[in-house]
Amino acid sequence: MAQVQLKNLEKVYNKTNKVVHGINLDIKDGEFMVLVGPSGCAKSTTLRMIAGLEDITGGDVIIGGERVNDLSPSKRQIAMVFQNYALYPHMKVRGNLSFGLRIAGRPKAEIQAAVDKVAEILEIEPLLDRLPKQLSGGQAQRVALGRALIKNPGVFLFDEPLSNLDAKLRASMRVRITDLHRQLKAEGSSPTVVYVTHDQTEAMTMGDRICVMQAGRIMQVATPKELYNAPANLFVAGFIGTPEMNLVEGAMEGGEFILGGQRLALGNDLAARLSSQPGSAVLGIRPQQFSLVSEGPALQAKLVNAEFMGHEVYMHADCEGRRLISVVGAAEFEARGQSEVIRLRPDPKTLHVFDKSDGRNVSLHGGSIAA
Amino acid sequence: MTDMTLPKTTARSLDEAAAAKRARMDLISAVVRYSLLFGVGFLMLYPLIWLVGASFKTNSEIFAGAGFLPESPTLEGYIQGWQTSTPYTFGRFFWNSFLIILPKVIGTAISCTMVAYAFARFDFPFKKILFGSVIAVLLLPNVVTRIPQYILFRDLGWLDSFLPLWVPSALAGDAFFVFMLVQFLRSLPTDMEEAARVDGANSLQTLIFIVVPMLGPALVSVCLFQFMWTMNDFLGPLIYISSVDKYPVSLALKLSIDTTEAFEWNRILAMSVLTITPALVVFFAAQRYFIEGISAGGRKG
Repeated sequence: MAQVQLKNLEKVYNKTNKVVHGINLDIKDGEFMVLVGPSGCAKSTTLRMIAGLEDITGGDVIIGGERVNDLSPSKRQIAMVFQNYALYPHMKVRGNLSFGLRIAGRPKAEIQAAVDKVAEILEIEPLLDRLPKQLSGGQAQRVALGRALIKNPGVFLFDEPLSNLDAKLRASMRVRITDLHRQLKAEGSSPTVVYVTHDQTEAMTMGDRICVMQAGRIMQVATPKELYNAPANLFVAGFIGTPEMNLVEGAMEGGEFILGGQRLALGNDLAARLSSQPGSAVLGIRPQQFSLVSEGPALQAKLVNAEFMGHEVYMHADCEGRRLISVVGAAEFEARGQSEVIRLRPDPKTLHVFDKSDGRNVSLHGGSIAA
Repeated sequence: MTDMTLPKTTARSLDEAAAAKRARMDLISAVVRYSLLFGVGFLMLYPLIWLVGASFKTNSEIFAGAGFLPESPTLEGYIQGWQTSTPYTFGRFFWNSFLIILPKVIGTAISCTMVAYAFARFDFPFKKILFGSVIAVLLLPNVVTRIPQYILFRDLGWLDSFLPLWVPSALAGDAFFVFMLVQFLRSLPTDMEEAARVDGANSLQTLIFIVVPMLGPALVSVCLFQFMWTMNDFLGPLIYISSVDKYPVSLALKLSIDTTEAFEWNRILAMSVLTITPALVVFFAAQRYFIEGISAGGRKG
């Protein structure tokens, strides 16, 4: 059992600088939870409080049902992988892997067996007698992973482990880590993972659930699919997805969204769910949800730039002074994207309407917009 | 065709001439620079060279000229100097120096590392004031504390023993080393120590297994500095040590000036040469680490 619970977790630096504002988060046993957010959103601080490397100012960290606030890191059944690998520079890979077990005074045969097993899983056997400075970035990260794995912990903590690697290696390590998690689950040890990253691609591809944070507060906790399809607020909507969701300010009136001189019907579903009272709002449209049309209701925009990506085209268009990004298939672009003025029709089912004042996604729960 | 090639050839020969001129200028500038460096270097090293040369001269020849090559080289200075005018040979004084230096260097290395680690990595009450006082001690002239220290050690009954020389260093009394190690530690990333904590090491284990190996170059510098300063220390032993059988070499050198009516300069010079030898040997042997240590920069983990 290694369920991780954060209860009203707070962190205050120097008595006045509050960086974590009472976080509540339940991470299930065996779950892969990703903490994601822009830099400075206190995701690393939160992780370090779970690890015990940072003092907890307020609230509780509960691991496996036990309150661990005052326990040292080694007594919390955790293992951590650091961003800069943090390998001990003067020890060979073998020594790095076995350090924790040696400190714990385990018998030599057991240590040897554990090192061999971990080295086999991570395919680092040929590296065992090298020093960290003789390793490449990817190899060093695998050794760092091995150092966590060898302890057979209940909770793995990852602090931006892939951000020092190049893009290609990052992609392969991503798969390797999730594979490893699945493999461990299949073997029955079911470790919980808390993974911190600022990269939303990592978050979306790796996490069972994702916790989006901003400025020391949780914005939304949900599965990747839910985050993408039903962002709870403007921040999540803008943070998740590439290219970013188009967020345009305008006014709501009688089930239509008014943008400059243009009116966009929101579709019966959405219009019915939203109360009919008028107000200013922010409309959220995923770039992928636009289609190019030659006639019918659509937003008219002036094509400013088109980035050819191979199978699709990123179109940057100017609509009533606002920049809209849309992603359309290369064939569709060839057929209808050649004129100066294009007609973009969003899929009404995937539109989001946000309250301008507090950023809530009012289209989700049938809420109303503050007048 | 011909008038096309003519300017080309001229241009090429002009180029060649310019290149040759540049090469000549480079050569001249190199010669000038190196002779200047060599000249100044020789001038600065001359007293040392003279010392070595003079140690092989006879007593009468030493002050006859400023040249350093002895006319009739002799080992007399070394042989007689080694015997000394006391019941002990110079070997005894070397041994005494060694007895002072070894515990002092070890004590300094251990105590300063622990103090520096505490200052660099832990938060404790009054840390700022305490570190401020370390820096204050660093700026305080040594002589100011001589008398209070002397009275303290006298009351403890430690006079005429090596204890007054050992104990302050073993309690991190050398603020400079503490400061140096703190600066070095601050430049090291803390990730490794945090990893060790997660791995279950306590503070002392982290210090011994993780921090000390990373501190290596800085520690070598600390040991070297302490070695050389102790070897050259004259005032400390002079104040605290009164029996000749406990004299280190620095005092023993002065001894030969004291006791003879006519100074046997060749003996003094010969023993001076022997005295500076260990420091030179150790310095050159550890030069690489030494420079690494004092140019203390953060390295990538």
